[in-house]
Amino acid sequence: MSEARDFKYVGTRSIRPDGFDKVTGRANYGADLSLPGMIWAKILRSPHAHAKIKKLDTSRAEAHPGVMAVATFQDFPSVSHEAIEAGEAALDLLDLARNILAKDKVLYDGHAVCAVAARTEAIAEEALALIDVEYEVLPHVMDVRDAMKPDAPVLHDDMFTAGLPEAPTTASNIATRMELKKGDIEAGFAAADLIVEREFYTPTVHQGYIEPHACTVRYTEDGTSMVWCCTQGHFDVRAATARLLKMDLSRLKVIASEIGGGFGAKTTVYLEPVALILSRKTGRPVKMVMDRSEVFRGSGPGSATRSKVKIGVKKDGTFTAMQAKLCYEAGAFKGSPMGPGCMTVFTPYDIENAYVEGYDVVVNKPKVAAYRAPGAPQSEFAAEMVINDIARQLKMDPIELRLKNAAKEGTQTLYGPKLRPVGLIECLEAVRNSEHYKTALKANQGRGLAAGFWFNVGGQSSVTLNMNPDGTATLVEGSPDIGGSRASMQLMAAETLQIPAEKITPIVADTEMLAYNGTTGGSRTTFATGMAVVEAAQDVISQMKERAAAVWNVTAEQVDYADGAAINTAGDGRLTVAEICAGADRTGGQISGRGNINARGAGPSFAVHLADIEIDPETGHSKVLRYTACQDAGKAIHPSYVEGQYQGGAAQGIGWALNEEYIYNKDGILENPGFLDYRIPLASDLPMINAIIVEVPNSFHPFGVRGVGETGIVPPLAAVATAVEEAAGIKVTDLPLSPPRVLKAIQEQSNG
Amino acid sequence: MATVIFSSELQRLTGEERTEVAAKTYRELLDQVTARYPSLDRQELMGMAVAIDGEIIHDPLLETVRPASEVHFLYRISGG
Repeated sequence: MSEARDFKYVGTRSIRPDGFDKVTGRANYGADLSLPGMIWAKILRSPHAHAKIKKLDTSRAEAHPGVMAVATFQDFPSVSHEAIEAGEAALDLLDLARNILAKDKVLYDGHAVCAVAARTEAIAEEALALIDVEYEVLPHVMDVRDAMKPDAPVLHDDMFTAGLPEAPTTASNIATRMELKKGDIEAGFAAADLIVEREFYTPTVHQGYIEPHACTVRYTEDGTSMVWCCTQGHFDVRAATARLLKMDLSRLKVIASEIGGGFGAKTTVYLEPVALILSRKTGRPVKMVMDRSEVFRGSGPGSATRSKVKIGVKKDGTFTAMQAKLCYEAGAFKGSPMGPGCMTVFTPYDIENAYVEGYDVVVNKPKVAAYRAPGAPQSEFAAEMVINDIARQLKMDPIELRLKNAAKEGTQTLYGPKLRPVGLIECLEAVRNSEHYKTALKANQGRGLAAGFWFNVGGQSSVTLNMNPDGTATLVEGSPDIGGSRASMQLMAAETLQIPAEKITPIVADTEMLAYNGTTGGSRTTFATGMAVVEAAQDVISQMKERAAAVWNVTAEQVDYADGAAINTAGDGRLTVAEICAGADRTGGQISGRGNINARGAGPSFAVHLADIEIDPETGHSKVLRYTACQDAGKAIHPSYVEGQYQGGAAQGIGWALNEEYIYNKDGILENPGFLDYRIPLASDLPMINAIIVEVPNSFHPFGVRGVGETGIVPPLAAVATAVEEAAGIKVTDLPLSPPRVLKAIQEQSNG
Repeated sequence: MATVIFSSELQRLTGEERTEVAAKTYRELLDQVTARYPSLDRQELMGMAVAIDGEIIHDPLLETVRPASEVHFLYRISGG
């Protein structure tokens, strides 16, 4: 679509179909399923950051009368280094297995060593103490900068840096180096009137989902085994688990529970394969639920980074060169979001000369998982901080500076293609016109602005739309709903069929009920699954036209469809959806539409955020006074949930900027594995976040949708950090800007 | 002729920033590019996404290419 259209249902704020169950407590989450005969399993985790497992003796635990089975890495069928498509990106099968249960080394505090299944959760917990593990503690490395040094302790003897001109002969913690080039970077800097270069650190952060990882499974020898779990992608849980355990996909049913937050973290497997191994050994259903400490220590956080960004600019504000070195921690196994970090770092700007080099580096921390726009918040934070510094030095308005260089339709990105129509300029103008931007600040207050970019993706979605004899419909989709997507699917089906949204009941079906669906991630669901919904609804319309034609004894071409009814253009006659469905038994059987697609043409989304911060100079505490999040949605199918995505992304980004970090002691042990000591923003910490929806339609989607779930976490880091710089008169290098860090910087500043 | 533009990483293997191919489909484009640059691994290229005229496509095997098309090979992008 290319022009603005009037919609009847799309763009309305309907009541979400899953809301009542959630507010009344009826919704079932990962830990809510229990089965007859069910037993519990718990994981023994490494107390060391890096150690060889010299001996693992489970005999005392197995002798416990309440213990029913033990699982170790040896229980996996043979696994080797091979790429598997089992999620949002290719995974290494051996790395996945070694992360789930350590093979011969533990690589981080909290790394799973073995699992015990017992009659009760308490016995399973108690039996962990009966497992004898002899470790040989090895030197550990916790920071990407240290891990890249030639004399750093090496985590994997068989890992050699990929992406170098010459293949290296010695193992390294650097898994991959990549670079992106455009134009002539040296000439670009030579043409600059001002060059600003700064270095930054962003810490390891948790996605902050409230619901811990949990599953209940039942292994069946001669039928279909079952996994119930909280996940963003049950088809990919099935793929990874089946591959690890060498099962046919058709012999494993995965049911996605309701999900209490994911944000990228629930796109891989930790417990499910282990629970299935134990269920196979015992013949019992097995339940596993991580406690909060295990979630922090044993599942995947967002990547810590060290970065250096250098930007050259002319006096009039025109950027002449942009350069970055971006080093990402992958955790214990390769696979940080370094690639997308490099590709996004300068995308908001139309720049002739750019050079980016990135490093994917292993350290003795948990293997990172995706976190909302993975890689982009870290890299774009560094770029936006330098751009705000330039605005300050040139005494230019930060919006004017960005407008002068903003990416637009036709801009050649550093990662390759030219942009199609995008909404960055519209977002900058919307924020400039906002009342917030025009409001004056007081003493100890500062304002920060930042832009952000994320690609968004398409991918595979399969949907069926079953029409009922009373004219209502059941919309069967396979995308776990992590942000109100069922409401959006309902509205898109209603818009296509032209029947009221409440007549359509969307459900998230298990892996047996539909063909493959990609994981809910990459901001793909409203875009891609939405396209499948529209296709299924159009399939239904086409069938209904044929049925009406049969009733009227005309051809289907002589039937139109409008306002929820078939119309006979060859004579008189109008049959509503309810009338056609009621008579379906007499015109060929029940009506069901199908949409199985691999969606392409995802529309990138830009955002601009504005933050006002007040600093308490005595404590270093930052108070968020006011916050505006503006983003291009393409088309907001359900504006309330689009606003919710903007606000949620902003809240997480504010936490990342101000307080959140994994704190490790000198032995590499995580010291704050809980929400008391790992401080995410509470409702009382934040003002109402003002959401501004810009709509520049994506021509590849029937309603113009771009993804909106991820971009909102990209700008807050720099917006908040710049506001803190302005309010406190300090220079920020490291996040988070916790009160002690800000206070120290204020004191150092005043001491000269 | 469609224009294929190589990333700096692929340029190490091709020695050139861009090339022109008389291809009507992505499959033909792949045939011609891998024939012209034997150091490019066909399987690796097939594992990459492409952008055809700015539209990013993860599984492009059956795509068509226009004479004026601009084609880039890209890392597959996922998300959170």
